[in-house]
Amino acid sequence: MDFSNSKTEELFLQMIRSFAENEVKPLAAEVDEQERFPMETVRKMAELGIMGIPVPKEYGGAGGNVQMYIRAVEEISRVCATTGVILSAHTSLCMAPILENGTEEQKQKYLPKLASGEWIGAFGLTEPNAGTDAAMQQTVAEDAGDHWVLNGTKIFITNAAYADVFIVMAMTDKSKGTKGISAFIVERGFPGFSIGKKEAKMGIRGSATCELVFENCIVPKENLLGVMGKGFNLAMKTLDGGRIGIAAQALGIAQGAMDETVKYTKERKQFGASIASFQNTQFQLADLETKIQAARFLVRSAAWKKDMKQPYTKDAAMAKLFAAETAMEMTTKAVQFHGGYGYTREYPVERMMRDAKITEIYEGTSEVQRMVIAGHLLK
Amino acid sequence: MKIIVCIKQVPDTTEIKIDPVKGTLIREGVPSIMNPDDKGGLELALRMKEQYGAEVTVITMGPPQADLILREAFAMGADRAILLTDRKFAGADTLATSYALAGAIRTMEYDLIIAGRQAIDGDTAQVGPEMAEHLGLPQVSYVTDARKEGDKLIVRKESEESVQTLEVEGPCVLTVLASAFPARYMSVAGIMEAYGREVELWSADRIDVDEGRLGLKGSPTKVFQSFPKALKAPGEQFEGSAEEAVELIVRKLKEKHII
Amino acid sequence: MDSKDYKNVFVFAEQREGKIQPVAFELLGKARDLADASGEKVVAMLLGCGISGQAHRLVEMGADEVIVADCPELENYLTEEYTQVVYKMIVDNRPNIVLYGATTIGRDLAPRLAARLKTGLTADCTKLEIAEKEDGSKEFRMTRPAFGGNLMATIICPNNRPQMSTVRPGVMRKLTPEPGRKGEIRTFVPEFDRAKIKVKLLETERKGCGCKDISEAKVLVSGGRGVHDKAGFDKLQCLADVLGGQVSSSRAMVDSGIMPQACQVGQTGKTVRPDLYVACGISGAIQHLAGMEESGYIVAINKDKFAPIFSVADLGIVGDLHKIVPLLAERLKKEMAE
Repeated sequence: MDFSNSKTEELFLQMIRSFAENEVKPLAAEVDEQERFPMETVRKMAELGIMGIPVPKEYGGAGGNVQMYIRAVEEISRVCATTGVILSAHTSLCMAPILENGTEEQKQKYLPKLASGEWIGAFGLTEPNAGTDAAMQQTVAEDAGDHWVLNGTKIFITNAAYADVFIVMAMTDKSKGTKGISAFIVERGFPGFSIGKKEAKMGIRGSATCELVFENCIVPKENLLGVMGKGFNLAMKTLDGGRIGIAAQALGIAQGAMDETVKYTKERKQFGASIASFQNTQFQLADLETKIQAARFLVRSAAWKKDMKQPYTKDAAMAKLFAAETAMEMTTKAVQFHGGYGYTREYPVERMMRDAKITEIYEGTSEVQRMVIAGHLLK
Repeated sequence: MKIIVCIKQVPDTTEIKIDPVKGTLIREGVPSIMNPDDKGGLELALRMKEQYGAEVTVITMGPPQADLILREAFAMGADRAILLTDRKFAGADTLATSYALAGAIRTMEYDLIIAGRQAIDGDTAQVGPEMAEHLGLPQVSYVTDARKEGDKLIVRKESEESVQTLEVEGPCVLTVLASAFPARYMSVAGIMEAYGREVELWSADRIDVDEGRLGLKGSPTKVFQSFPKALKAPGEQFEGSAEEAVELIVRKLKEKHII
Repeated sequence: MDSKDYKNVFVFAEQREGKIQPVAFELLGKARDLADASGEKVVAMLLGCGISGQAHRLVEMGADEVIVADCPELENYLTEEYTQVVYKMIVDNRPNIVLYGATTIGRDLAPRLAARLKTGLTADCTKLEIAEKEDGSKEFRMTRPAFGGNLMATIICPNNRPQMSTVRPGVMRKLTPEPGRKGEIRTFVPEFDRAKIKVKLLETERKGCGCKDISEAKVLVSGGRGVHDKAGFDKLQCLADVLGGQVSSSRAMVDSGIMPQACQVGQTGKTVRPDLYVACGISGAIQHLAGMEESGYIVAINKDKFAPIFSVADLGIVGDLHKIVPLLAERLKKEMAE
């Protein structure tokens, strides 16, 4: 793995940083305050090809790789974690499983519109009684001859209110446990499918997290994704990829909080000196900077392995675990460094701290990541 | 339609600092960027390409590193890129620079030439009009809009207190303001292709010029000296209550006979 | 070329809508210095339509001679028409130095002429002087800001004539008019090479921004980021009204759409030198300082005692402008009433 950026990556970073700074950052506070899905930003990302970075050109994507996509999530989350997760869920949880498991017809039908950003993607696995224990799926899919009939409810679905295409897990054979779970591509307009209540959240408040409700929802036969009964496996593989995205989001949040803290501690004067001149500040920031850089290497290495088609399950879990905990620590300390101001909405670190928390929870809690890592270590 | 856009790589002057001891520019760590007005010019060209159909060629004169802004131009949508690079161009002032650019453009086909109003490192605004004169073409500077009407161009030009609408016949040189043409971002697909494309390297031999008029030799102006700006000595500073501050200001204004 | 054949300091006396622009008088003031330093004459070039009657004003402001071209083709500034006329005046008269205002007109015309005359041009000069070299000969030195105002560069044009520069409006001092001052007024009859004229003026719209020219104000109350919003500027306006001045702004408040561009002071805005400049909540980026540091007396009010604006202020007040400005306006109102 090469630690320097290629010329193409340099150009890409120049674009994505200036996009984040000029288009995403100015809206971040408002998106949070009003719990508003930043559709105008998604449209702009679509126009530039950011919604389809790792999708091959033949399916309408930009023909980039996972490493570039990860940098986009990081740079965007650095200024707005809501926008970061919209991109991550769309790319890692919807386009990636279709690209990796779909039939040629499914790829031709869905990828061009998703990669161009005309359609937004989402992913439905979690249910009220199936969170970390994802095997306890209660949504069922019945074979009705020429179509499937889905019944059940999914919760906490990122992008749900604005998504057009959903990857949904459902039991096709309850007697087989996880081996009876299958994956389906569900379109927004399918009869019997509706979007339920929107969650009021602590952070990433613009990401339109809702319930998915299936009441005798009719899904065409050809919309089974991958092999029947292999849905759980597909979901777990999808989450492996998703975790790199969330790790990048956490890394971005941590970096954003560091940016704000460096600026503030240099400006803020107490006892006649900038607080950056105090050794307490210096030592704490030095430790945090080291952790952020370590998180970055974990995230990059997991993304690189995915690009190289090497196994990356454990790498993704480690990257997410470490980046999420670093984000939480960094943002909490950022608020502390900002003192009373940090607790107000006048400074963005308050939002960043609320946004950071979710990265320790979704797409597998930190406890789940430890299970995955230990499982690989001790097998 | 064939459009040529002249662009320049410049240090981002908003990031430049002065070494307080040596009085020299600290250029280390200062990013090199496409000059903002030139980027506005490229944006105008790309809009015209979308509207009327055009081949957009970007040209820059500079050291080999200027390749970077040509790649950026590719990623924004330019079709062809030329880098004029030769030691013979070095040390050129605006007259010699505009002469070299004109010498290159003279060998090309074009319907319209666009340049930025001015570059942020020099702020002279001279290269565009001087180039137009070398080429014997009409010019419109401070352009904020341009559209085709038949074989003529209708151009809006901004001045201090008014906006003029001008009609231009035949090929011409426009110099444009960045603020009028907020530039698009590079697209991801454009970025992926940018380094796979060819940047044409042109030396002094390749263009139509009298070599005596290039570079330092061809530059009538010389830098006699440069120095950091002398800031005047600071006056007195006061920190106290608002009421005391007001009294002090009033007293000083009276002393200076301003009130 | 023998530089001894080139004599006198020429000024392009810019007019708009038949009104000679203040920058023309400022240039005459500087030209007078330069000409006196080398024993030469100051010559103004005045182009327009129905403008001849104003030529004497240029004499009163320091010109020894005025060359007037008065015809309908020159009513509005157009690059090629003006270039042809000024080019001919320069070729016929062989000036040593030619000065132009660094306005949208001067910065369009001067480079076009420089290329036609194959001579040097220095843009946006803030200082012009005739210096004596070691061998006793005289040299014209032109100083201008570069790199966004971070550096000053002195430029010379040793081997080409005329030596030309543009000068920012507001930088040079005009002389006190001397009514009845004697000078020669010469008429120039232009001939145009019409084949080269390819640009036609269709329409001119005035930009209505409602505010007076800040570079003419004696007192400016200027606001930056610390003013926050329109309501903050209302406080500044009250103070400006009491002082008989105007409100201006830093770039930040123009970029954020709170103040119009015409009110912007600085490198990319206007250069001002009022008698009193009150900087409120302006941190003082070098680009801003470049536009106002020549003001007669500078008062800066800022919360951050390390703000760079204090490095140019005659009186620096560390404090909250939102408290101080309204109090000061009240206090001054009383003072003026007495």
